[in-house]
Amino acid sequence: MAQTTSLSKKQIQIIERLSNAMAISGDEGEVRKIILDETSPYTSSHKIDSLGNLLIEIKGKGRNRVKVMLAAHMDEVGFMISTDEDDGIYRFETSGGIDLRQLPGKAVMVGKDHFPGVIGARPIHLTSAKERKETIPLSSLRIDLGPGMKSIKPGDGATFGTRFQQIGQSMMGKALDDRLGVGILIDLIKDPPPNIDLQFAFTVQEETGLRGARVAAFSFDPDLAFVIDSTPANDLPTWDGEENHNYNCRLGEGPAIYRADGASFSDPRLVRLTEETAIKEKIPYQFRQPGGGGTDAGSIHTQRSGIPSISISIPGRYAHTAAGLARNSDYLYTLRLLKATLKSIPANILKQERK
Amino acid sequence: MNDIFPFLKNLTSASGLSGYETHVAEIIKEKWFPLVDEIQVSQVGSLHGVKRGKSDKPQLSILIATHMDAIGLMVTNIDDGFLSFTSIGGVDPRVLPGQPVYVHASGKKSKDHKPLPGRVVQPSNFLLPPEMTSAVVPIERLIIDTGLTSKQVIELVQVGDLVSFAQEPLALSGETIAAHSLDNRAAVAALTICLEELQTMIHRWDVWAVATVQEEIGLVGAYTSTFQIRPSLAIVVDTTWAKGPGSDDWNTFPMGQGPTFLFGPNIHPKLHGTFKDLAEKLEIPFKIEITGRHSGTDAFATQVVAEGIPTMAICIPIRYMHTPVEVATIKDIQRTGRLLAQFISQLDDDYMKSIELE
Amino acid sequence: MKELIRTLTETFSPSGYEHAIRSTIRGMIEPFADEIKEDAMGNLIARKGERTKNGKRVMLAGHMDEIGLMASHIDEKGFIRFTGIGGINPQTLFGGRVKFINGVQGMIGGEPITDISHSLSINQLFIDVGADNEKDSPIKVGDVAAFERPFVDLGKRVMAKAMDDRVGCAVMVEALKRFKKSPHEIFFVFTTQEEVGLRGAGTSAFGIDPEIGISLDVTRTGDTPKAKKMAVTLGDGPAIKIKDGGMLADIRIVNWMIRVAEKNKIPFQREILEGGTTDAKAIQVSRSGVPAGCISIPCRYVHSPSEMVDIDDVENSTRLLSSLMEDPIEL
Repeated sequence: MAQTTSLSKKQIQIIERLSNAMAISGDEGEVRKIILDETSPYTSSHKIDSLGNLLIEIKGKGRNRVKVMLAAHMDEVGFMISTDEDDGIYRFETSGGIDLRQLPGKAVMVGKDHFPGVIGARPIHLTSAKERKETIPLSSLRIDLGPGMKSIKPGDGATFGTRFQQIGQSMMGKALDDRLGVGILIDLIKDPPPNIDLQFAFTVQEETGLRGARVAAFSFDPDLAFVIDSTPANDLPTWDGEENHNYNCRLGEGPAIYRADGASFSDPRLVRLTEETAIKEKIPYQFRQPGGGGTDAGSIHTQRSGIPSISISIPGRYAHTAAGLARNSDYLYTLRLLKATLKSIPANILKQERK
Repeated sequence: MNDIFPFLKNLTSASGLSGYETHVAEIIKEKWFPLVDEIQVSQVGSLHGVKRGKSDKPQLSILIATHMDAIGLMVTNIDDGFLSFTSIGGVDPRVLPGQPVYVHASGKKSKDHKPLPGRVVQPSNFLLPPEMTSAVVPIERLIIDTGLTSKQVIELVQVGDLVSFAQEPLALSGETIAAHSLDNRAAVAALTICLEELQTMIHRWDVWAVATVQEEIGLVGAYTSTFQIRPSLAIVVDTTWAKGPGSDDWNTFPMGQGPTFLFGPNIHPKLHGTFKDLAEKLEIPFKIEITGRHSGTDAFATQVVAEGIPTMAICIPIRYMHTPVEVATIKDIQRTGRLLAQFISQLDDDYMKSIELE
Repeated sequence: MKELIRTLTETFSPSGYEHAIRSTIRGMIEPFADEIKEDAMGNLIARKGERTKNGKRVMLAGHMDEIGLMASHIDEKGFIRFTGIGGINPQTLFGGRVKFINGVQGMIGGEPITDISHSLSINQLFIDVGADNEKDSPIKVGDVAAFERPFVDLGKRVMAKAMDDRVGCAVMVEALKRFKKSPHEIFFVFTTQEEVGLRGAGTSAFGIDPEIGISLDVTRTGDTPKAKKMAVTLGDGPAIKIKDGGMLADIRIVNWMIRVAEKNKIPFQREILEGGTTDAKAIQVSRSGVPAGCISIPCRYVHSPSEMVDIDDVENSTRLLSSLMEDPIEL
């Protein structure tokens, strides 16, 4: 069968919807709704647990089926309104890890109705050279929704106001971490490999401590887990022209397989299976540099008596900023690799020694 | 319950440092005994009191967690009769110089001894490294002097002995109390008021009143008690920062204007909504407290135990948190206790379905 | 005992990649255990003894993993950049030797020091295995290495890399070999991934569901020049842990350990460790909670390539563990 080499219109449409939706940690309802819209024709039931995780099970065919959990997180980094200072000016906290230097002078959207607002900054004319060398602290930043705004209150969420765009063979938008992973799981639900039982977990609160995945994994109690996230591609040139040895992964070089990050070691058996599948199916792939960061696998793999897990991420530049950048090909190859790997899971994989 | 003050005084006079909660557990157990159907102690020392509800359906249960441990100090070294120490829980070294303390001696000859009174002292400048002159002296350089001779100290005190604050509770004006460990004994008092109110109310759900251990050291009691009990809902009662000298930021709340209701990813939004509606209906004043991440309470644990538990947190504003002179109003404690009882009594068999998320 | 420690410390198994040490320990304990299994996280679990009427289900935990390094980039000239596995102090690295799990040896070099007041950070260090370029390098991204430092017998003291926590494992192996009689069902768990977050202990505790948990690990001492004040000294006996940076030992366990030590005339010390924790913390918070404590072997230069313990402390720790297991445990 001829392999597609580009994303379909439908796939781009779904990713666009997901990227433009607002879902900060603890308030993921908007993304949940989009996922249910897309997947309900393909599933007979779903469950939403008390944290808001969306759990969908699809049973396979055949005997001795391995139970595989697939996780992608619905939440994005953003902001939470903390105080109403009148006149449309609001104090806010960050939700998830955001570099404060990314905030001044940005457009945001606030609340369920996506009211447009801005994070301003003092005009340059009124600043001194010394002041311009220092990062504006969070305590000095405000969201301005315009005078007369009455419907926004403390507790409401906000995100960058970026609109998704296709630019050539790339995607630019906010929250590609991890709406791209969510997109991959939606695609899998529509065309699931039949040899295994699939437990899809669209998780909450990953950005604030991998919390949703923890309870989802406990509930599912799977044999294995695959986590699909997006990982930073720091593949720009270095400041002094020296070789960049901290690139993490590179855009355009395919799905990034994790050996180890700051929160978990991928099970070596799953790493071997995934790499061998990529080579056999001639799918481009790379290894994400070890160390740092963390995915839902961090909390999944330590649940109950331990769940062998692996993280595979789609490379994305400028994560946790107003606009990330990813290549369509990386998304496609990640989906292809995941499908092929799931299809090749041997029933006795956990009987092999963990090495 | 009209007078929670004597109970609160009693509670805040007991030590009960994290990991060593038996003394305060005894006081709470005695108080709760007539108010619940059964009392047990968990594997790590948390107190569980259950008051069964009227419903005969497969039982719905609510867990109310208040941590009973308090911060304090522990002896790390004995040198010429002077005690060096470390902190248990978060202690700002700046409140320590001159503090009266009790050393809970456990040495060979200490069997019939009461806790030894002592003072935290700051050595003179010339006894300290030069960079500490006029600067804050860190905990490792502070010392406790019991007034005893070196020989006496060696016979009585051992490395690992606990040191608790000796500040007696004070009744300040305006029906307020100043004491150490109002974080979190004020909440224990509120939960006790709730149990007392429930004596004359009908409720369908089982109520688990839990005094957890070691909240200050990693929420140990909260994780383990919640796992053991597996309630349908979890309500955590703790304390929050009240407005006062040195604390006036957006995340501080007026003392005496009711408890705060937490909101954020750690809290189930619909459970929060129920409390808000109920408080408005009962005209109990409250404030909304936004917590973007860790709520800083046992709620961080209860929410993610097993398959996840809908969690709410209510906090009593106190001034000068984590000092030996925390201040709270009796009124806020009473309001919280009453609100909890009212919430429990209106829980029906359909409540869980009504708070499902979409 | 010294030979046992030598064999264990000279094995290369950083966190996440413990198969070598697991296989070594398994070979040693197979003749002595009633039942052995390995779980999903790679923990090695050996059961010994039957639980009598008043006995308890006890979990002992000593971690098999050691701190190490993982290759993160091979540059054009063959120099290997790396990240740490577990608590790596960059000050202990420059000039040291490493050995990868695939057998390749190398040394740790660094970029020139421009500011004498700061030591080099991990990002300024690299491993040199003698390769000229990336293509010819026997190492690829993700390969794992540990310090290379042979065991040395100094008489009363011994030193090696990975005393933390191979010496704890040695105590457990030895106690299992000496096992005579016990009213308890005891699980000797050689855990994985302790150095990166007590991951093996938490999962094995969930599976075993013990009533008591005891970890065997190393602790620091306060007896080196200008050391931070600490009441633990090399050679003064096993340290009974009261508190560390992550947990408070259950006071009932502490008192029980002291009683048994005194009854059997085993020297001991009282330990408060600032900074650092052990598998006992993960066991304590498992399921509905477990009374937990720790027997610590005093150790100098923890997390350096030459950690040093006193052989009498090791022997006394083994005696203490054996005595505890034979004791009826009334908390």
